[in-house]
Amino acid sequence: MFRIERKSGRYPLGINPAALLVVVFLIAYPMFASDFFTFQVGAYPLILGTIALSLTMLAGYGGMVSIAQMTVAGFAAYIVAILGTNSVGVMGLGWPWWLTVIVAILGAALLSTFIGAISARTEGIYTIMITLAIAVAFFYFVRQNYQIFNGFTGFAGIEPPTLFGVYWRDPTPFYYLTLAIAAFFYFAVRYGSRSTFGLGLQAVRDNPRRVRALGINVFLHRVVAYFYAGIIAGTAGVLLVWFNGRVSPGIVGVDMAIDILVIAVVGGMRAPIGPFLGAIAFVLLENFAIDLIDRERFNTVIGLAFLLVVLFSPDGLLGLWRRMESRIRLPRANARWGVRANRDDWHPAGSPERM
Amino acid sequence: MRKPMQRRTILILGIVLLAAALLWMIFAVWPEWLVDTLGRKKTFVNTLLNGVTLGGLYFLVASGFTLVFGLMRNVNLAHGSMYLLGGYIGYEVAEATGSWFFGLAVAFLAIAVSGILLQVAVFRRMEGDELRQTLVTIGISIIAADLMLAVWTGTTYQFDTPEGLYGAVVLPVISVVKSSGAPVFIKYPMYRLMVLGVAVVVGIGLWLFLNRTRIGMMIRAGVNDREMLAASGVNVHFVFALVFAIGAGLAGFAGVVGGTALSIAPGEDIRYLLASLVVVIVGGLGSVSGAAIGALLIGLAEQFGLAYFPTYGVVLTFLIMVGVLAIRPQGIMGTR
Repeated sequence: MFRIERKSGRYPLGINPAALLVVVFLIAYPMFASDFFTFQVGAYPLILGTIALSLTMLAGYGGMVSIAQMTVAGFAAYIVAILGTNSVGVMGLGWPWWLTVIVAILGAALLSTFIGAISARTEGIYTIMITLAIAVAFFYFVRQNYQIFNGFTGFAGIEPPTLFGVYWRDPTPFYYLTLAIAAFFYFAVRYGSRSTFGLGLQAVRDNPRRVRALGINVFLHRVVAYFYAGIIAGTAGVLLVWFNGRVSPGIVGVDMAIDILVIAVVGGMRAPIGPFLGAIAFVLLENFAIDLIDRERFNTVIGLAFLLVVLFSPDGLLGLWRRMESRIRLPRANARWGVRANRDDWHPAGSPERM
Repeated sequence: MRKPMQRRTILILGIVLLAAALLWMIFAVWPEWLVDTLGRKKTFVNTLLNGVTLGGLYFLVASGFTLVFGLMRNVNLAHGSMYLLGGYIGYEVAEATGSWFFGLAVAFLAIAVSGILLQVAVFRRMEGDELRQTLVTIGISIIAADLMLAVWTGTTYQFDTPEGLYGAVVLPVISVVKSSGAPVFIKYPMYRLMVLGVAVVVGIGLWLFLNRTRIGMMIRAGVNDREMLAASGVNVHFVFALVFAIGAGLAGFAGVVGGTALSIAPGEDIRYLLASLVVVIVGGLGSVSGAAIGALLIGLAEQFGLAYFPTYGVVLTFLIMVGVLAIRPQGIMGTR
């Protein structure tokens, strides 16, 4: 195996001062932000970003664009409502919170694995189509099913536990909870992308046929990637249901599923920071575009933003930033990104073979 | 291993037996035990006909989708939006002129033009970059859905069934024999049968167009090898634009036909996009005959699911898709 050299010598202690600044800002954020900003503009993009992170992991490193990641997160949210307590009077088995959370995350991971097992035999755009079909089918299913999923209404009154004397739905503690989880998965994905499995997955993305010839199980790599993505999305789904306090079919609808895709694409799929950038941009637009245009036409705005990014900067805000960077600091930036920028990074796996 | 020949014989035998059983179930007067297990015969026959006609409608939508994919490898996820837009345009024109058929023609043409625009403005610019094309069509469908909501609001529109096509026809199928000995025949809406007829005509027309005309030959050649077709002096871009126009136009056409059989409302775009996706996944991407088989299967599954297990109806559609993917990832008629 080869190792990717980490460039740690350029900064003192190997830490990029800009990154340090971001970390300090993120930790200090609730101290100067109002409750609304902490909760809606702070915690919410972190949750959306974590869900989109699972898609970035699949698409960026595995070449599999799955539209069903929101379905996975929504499934975890539903499990929390069904096994835990809710105020609707349907299901709500009253399990202890820790057991509910564990089952929800594992259940989501299993669903994700199942989706992976269905779609991993196909490649490229087929994956988009199949996962989209799964997402829509799941949406119609929960909307029609009243025994388990309480149909159109869904569940309400879902509360996070009160632990260590802290009510975790208060803006500040909830913000730190989401920040900790988002940071954990961010670093997990960063670390994982350099692990043997991560490198194998990227090899599968770049050339499945060659990888197969090396005796590596392509299918298994993809399905395992879906399992990890399911854990990320499932955990975010638990946070999402605590954030909303309710869950209904709308959360697993096509709009939401596409929103996650928009977030991941707008942010950029080349690095795990991308989805968080995308999520912040999305939530800022969602909250403040109302002042500029009619609230009703939000989807047009977000669709246009998405279209512009796809048309003019296929690697998202991240790519935009890097291109600016390379223009400003040409020599060094080229050494850093030149090689990567030339390679078509998140092209769907397998498409060169079909041409 | 059995020889392929024998396997095919068994398959054909199975299909023939199934068809015979189905025919018997349609035309025979049901004995007691069958009524006990499946419910009334009328429900069964109506569900069957609903399924077949819905399959016809799905075929109209999905055939355009699959045609475009087959030639250009473009997954047009705005296909559902084209269906809905076709429905709205057809409705407006039909309301204004009072002629349903005129609305149908305008919807076909308008959406065909929008398809050409999409092909020229978007797909031609990023040829070969499938994923980006797909993402662009997603963006377009988001905007289109929102703008259509702005123009036509959330109201459900219902076409007036065209002159001479309303009412019900009495089918030569006996549902029950009354105690007096008089047979009761099953009635079925005329218009829905027309939908099925249109689907069959369009299907045959497409087949003739693809297999018996010069342009169809070019299209088939393009499906097999785009570069060679271009190298032999054919204006590939013209062929692409034409196929895109036909594919999109069929979506708009289906919007009017389907909007009359059911209704047009926001959300229908997603529904028909899903139907097209599932139909072509099951039938095999790029194959028109596959789209026909897939549409029939999905239409039947949806209606039988709705009639016999309402809450789990969607699951049945989904199971068919998963089953096909597990056995034949390329779809029933698909080739790799």
